[in-house]
Amino acid sequence: MAENNRAVLQLKEKYAASIIDVVEFRGEVTVTVRKDAIIDILSFLKQSLQYNLLTDLTAVDYMGKKEDRFMMVYLLYSISNKDRLRIKTSVSEADCHIPSATQVWRTANWLEREVFDLFGIVFDNHPDLRRILMTDDWEGHPLRKDYPLQGPDREPYKGRLS
Amino acid sequence: MATTETMTLNMGPQHPSTHGVLRLVLELDGEVITKITPHIGYLHRGVEKLSEHRTYHQILPLTDRLDYLAPMSNNLGYILAVEKLMAVEVPERAETIRVIMTELTRLESHLVWIACHALDIGAMTVFIYAFREREAIMETYELISGARMTSNFFRVGGLSQDVPDEFVRKVSDFIDSMPGYLDQYEGLLTTNPIWLKRTIGNGVISAEDAIDFGITGPALRGSGVDWDLRRDNSYSGYEKYQFKVPVGENCDTFDRYKVRLIEMREACKIVRQGLDRLKPGPVLADNPQVCYPPKENVYNSIEGLIHHFKIASEGFPAPEGEVYQGVEAPKGELGFYIVSDGGNKPQRLRIRPPSFVNLQAIEKMAKGAMIADLVAVIGTLDIVLGEIDR
Repeated sequence: MAENNRAVLQLKEKYAASIIDVVEFRGEVTVTVRKDAIIDILSFLKQSLQYNLLTDLTAVDYMGKKEDRFMMVYLLYSISNKDRLRIKTSVSEADCHIPSATQVWRTANWLEREVFDLFGIVFDNHPDLRRILMTDDWEGHPLRKDYPLQGPDREPYKGRLS
Repeated sequence: MATTETMTLNMGPQHPSTHGVLRLVLELDGEVITKITPHIGYLHRGVEKLSEHRTYHQILPLTDRLDYLAPMSNNLGYILAVEKLMAVEVPERAETIRVIMTELTRLESHLVWIACHALDIGAMTVFIYAFREREAIMETYELISGARMTSNFFRVGGLSQDVPDEFVRKVSDFIDSMPGYLDQYEGLLTTNPIWLKRTIGNGVISAEDAIDFGITGPALRGSGVDWDLRRDNSYSGYEKYQFKVPVGENCDTFDRYKVRLIEMREACKIVRQGLDRLKPGPVLADNPQVCYPPKENVYNSIEGLIHHFKIASEGFPAPEGEVYQGVEAPKGELGFYIVSDGGNKPQRLRIRPPSFVNLQAIEKMAKGAMIADLVAVIGTLDIVLGEIDR
């Protein structure tokens, strides 16, 4: 069924070489693409397929579970067609950079700042890449899996006692 | 030769009209704002990080504390995401009670909005009136869940318990009287010359810009975009209810005010339809792998006790995969994105906070305005810092 998705059909036609994987789970379509084509694909989806709203932009840390540690997730929505599409692309720890989506949507500004703050992924060409939730002098990136739950200067979390 | 220079003014984080701990650094040319730099994070509690260390049932109480003015809307968004992940079917009675409670929650949130928004602009009476009505909703919360704010009432698969007998009468009485109260607020504001001068033409943002900034909910509808998740991507049985989606025209604070007031009237109608649909039946799915057992089994049988213990301590393993569920919360689209690696805790739980995204447009909406107008813009965006900072 994912093969009949309007966006998947178009993407396969135009960006066949950049598509790594198409998955459908619980009726939601996720397309994994190569990092170098991410801005082209997002712009194409916005301009040509009316995915005009960037609902959310976030990252997932797969430390020790996947070859590339981070996965960037873009959740798009089309207000005219009322459908969603999820675009993912992996970012390795060694090359922790990705082009900023702020040129496509202004929403991406704060959302990318949050990902930078909590995961330490750097967004190239971002107009204002500063920490947003943590203080400016904070060390470390709290949502990384190797960041201790109770903060850096405390005994490590040993699980619930009950 | 006289020279002029801009002034930097710090507003917040302890400023009454920033609705919490929002700090804005303003660059001023006289009284005109030339630049706004918001600073957030004062209320950051790391809910997303904490969630990675908790079972799916244990995360639910954390969601109460996101948008603390609309706890049940947060609960609903999270619960629906988990139910989608687990493919759990919810009994009809539970679904109906959820709709009734989330619409009451919408009323509650909008009541706080109109109260504080009006107070910020100088209309104190509305504040007192709206909090009087909010109290009735808080009492309903207390009646069914025992708590006034941190309700924690929904469960994966249904509800924690059925509602007491007086619930229907109490909600019904409230819904009957609410339109009259709304007329009162409108009488105080809608034709009030001061209110009109302060809101018409304030905080204008075009539909195109609003979408570009990711604004959702009543703030987007005030800019003329006819889009409501309850109607367009229906969830929790909303497709069975008839309601209008109000849309504004002039993209300003006054239109957003009108949109929210109509939404409150529509919420009353949805609650009425919900009460009419309410039929006796189970309120929790028959799915022992996922759901807690009924309390009488826990207290009266060893099997029930073991079952309860297993669910409470270990939770349940979720299939590998990822789901996103967005709900039309009072402030906009509230979304929960869960990535499961097959364990009993999420690999990642992402909360898509409407207030956080909406707040980003503040510079667009208030640049070139005066400080007093900025206060009106903060009010019309209807932000809550518990959700912005998480």
